[in-house]
Amino acid sequence: MHPAISIIFFTTASGAGYGLLVLLAWGALVGHLGSQTGFGIASFVVAIGLVGAGLLSSLGHLGHPERAWRALTQWRSSWLSREGVMAILTFLPALAFAWSWVVAGEVSKLAAALTIVGALVTTVCTAMIYASLKPIRAWRNPWTVPVYLTLGFYTGALLAALLLHVYGLRGPFVTFLIAVVGLVATALKIGYWMFLDGGRSASTAETATGLGSIGKVKMLDPPHTESNYLLKEMGYRVARKHARKLRLFVLLVGFGLPILLSFLAVQGSDAVAIAGSLLAVASGGLGVVVERWLFFAEARHTVTLYYGSSTA
Amino acid sequence: MTDLPTTGAKKLGLVIDLDICVGCHACAVNCKEWNDGGHSAPLTDLDPYGKDVSGVWFNRVHSFEAGDHECGRTVHFPRSCLHCETPDCVTVCPTGASYKREEDGIVLVNPDTCIGCKLCSWACPYGAREFDEADGVMKKCTLCIDRIYNETLDEIDRVPACVSTCPVSARHFGDLGDPESKVSKLVAERGGYDLMPEMGYKPVNRYLPPRTPKRQGAAALKPSEQVEAKGFLAWLDRMLSR
Ligand code: SF4
Ligand code: SF4
Repeated sequence: MHPAISIIFFTTASGAGYGLLVLLAWGALVGHLGSQTGFGIASFVVAIGLVGAGLLSSLGHLGHPERAWRALTQWRSSWLSREGVMAILTFLPALAFAWSWVVAGEVSKLAAALTIVGALVTTVCTAMIYASLKPIRAWRNPWTVPVYLTLGFYTGALLAALLLHVYGLRGPFVTFLIAVVGLVATALKIGYWMFLDGGRSASTAETATGLGSIGKVKMLDPPHTESNYLLKEMGYRVARKHARKLRLFVLLVGFGLPILLSFLAVQGSDAVAIAGSLLAVASGGLGVVVERWLFFAEARHTVTLYYGSSTA
Repeated sequence: MTDLPTTGAKKLGLVIDLDICVGCHACAVNCKEWNDGGHSAPLTDLDPYGKDVSGVWFNRVHSFEAGDHECGRTVHFPRSCLHCETPDCVTVCPTGASYKREEDGIVLVNPDTCIGCKLCSWACPYGAREFDEADGVMKKCTLCIDRIYNETLDEIDRVPACVSTCPVSARHFGDLGDPESKVSKLVAERGGYDLMPEMGYKPVNRYLPPRTPKRQGAAALKPSEQVEAKGFLAWLDRMLSR
């Protein structure tokens, strides 16, 4: 599948934003958030900013962005529609929570709890857009939703650590969280890649053409000499040897290095803490963007069975 | 609404005979010609005279080789929307632009409400939907909705453009929901089948398999046996071999 920059940015940025929101609201619920006006404002600007920027970027993918409001109408059947509706609904408790904490000075636990629910449900909806597509085995499997949730939470935690350090606060718990969630993410991605390499779609060139009773089916002539939308959009595929390197990059730069940097950061002075967690955010962010790029580039669609692939 | 309609009795669709399709691409060309001015017009071609030509087609004719060696055969394979009974291309649509008609089962895109998110094309296992970059909306086979009900056309022409043009009559159009229809009988008689049934989309269109050749395998390739000439032919043979 073609890895569109707008969608990669949308899913990673909004995932991180929702992850940060969940952490902030969680902190509020367990009573860890004091009246930290500067930290509060900055955290919400980052979280809401990432979610908003992600949503705007997803509009960039549309042929008719001005009609985007129509996407809110089909929530009964469409995960994309549900995602849009939930994203907008989640702004309400998130803003109420932000107001109660930063301006009113007393955290509304109801708003915080609803923020957590909204952020989690929206992330699940985003993942389900992909996990519901039957022609793409790399997406329609039990790994997609946990990976989206975990990576959102992980990148959110990296951001939370940076924000804490910038405002001179120390959160050993967040460092611990980064390590645990980072390891869970590592395990999930390794499991997912084993799943990906360990099997094939039930559909083959034989079932796609129905000619299997005659024998093995091979493409003789494509319908046209030139490329087309189907091949550009659905036929995109990264070479296996590049994919291997990129997977390793995700594990090392996306998870390993940020976990290490996060531990180093909390050992040093304030300046070291800020520098360390900033590098951790940069490294983890880059790793997750590459992870999302691979999520598309490694995915094979059944339409390729009509264009010379024997399996999908 | 992108909810699927409670399936109506009528299921208009195509039956494509892979035994006699000669792979001439006439159906694809006539489809492009008609639909370039039809319901989803235009079928934009990008960079049509340049190096990187790419255009929207509703019907594409592939050629496959099935089987090996003396049992192998070439099969020409037209591919277009199958107007599935339970297609996810409809249910994933966030806007309601992609819909299935209750009255005849035809799957259409409303070009005035489509936002061009491309999700439906990802959800179609068969590659039957093509995005028109110039228009910013998704396009697909309409089963020539603007021909089959068109009273300004002679009755004989009220069939999809691909069906009317096929020089070998490999394409048939009709109601596959009616077991007594010509197309349903053809499917029953010839063992018409679904593409990728494992996807669970329940395609309405059916493909008729190539017939099994009478002589198969190595026998089909043997030259006919040398027969000893008799009578007049024997005399002719003698005269000529002098
Ligand atoms: S062939 Fe594809 S576009 Fe046509 S109805 Fe089936 S799923 Fe939808
Ligand atoms: S591209 Fe158009 S028809 Fe297809 S899912 Fe998106 S809005 Fe619906």
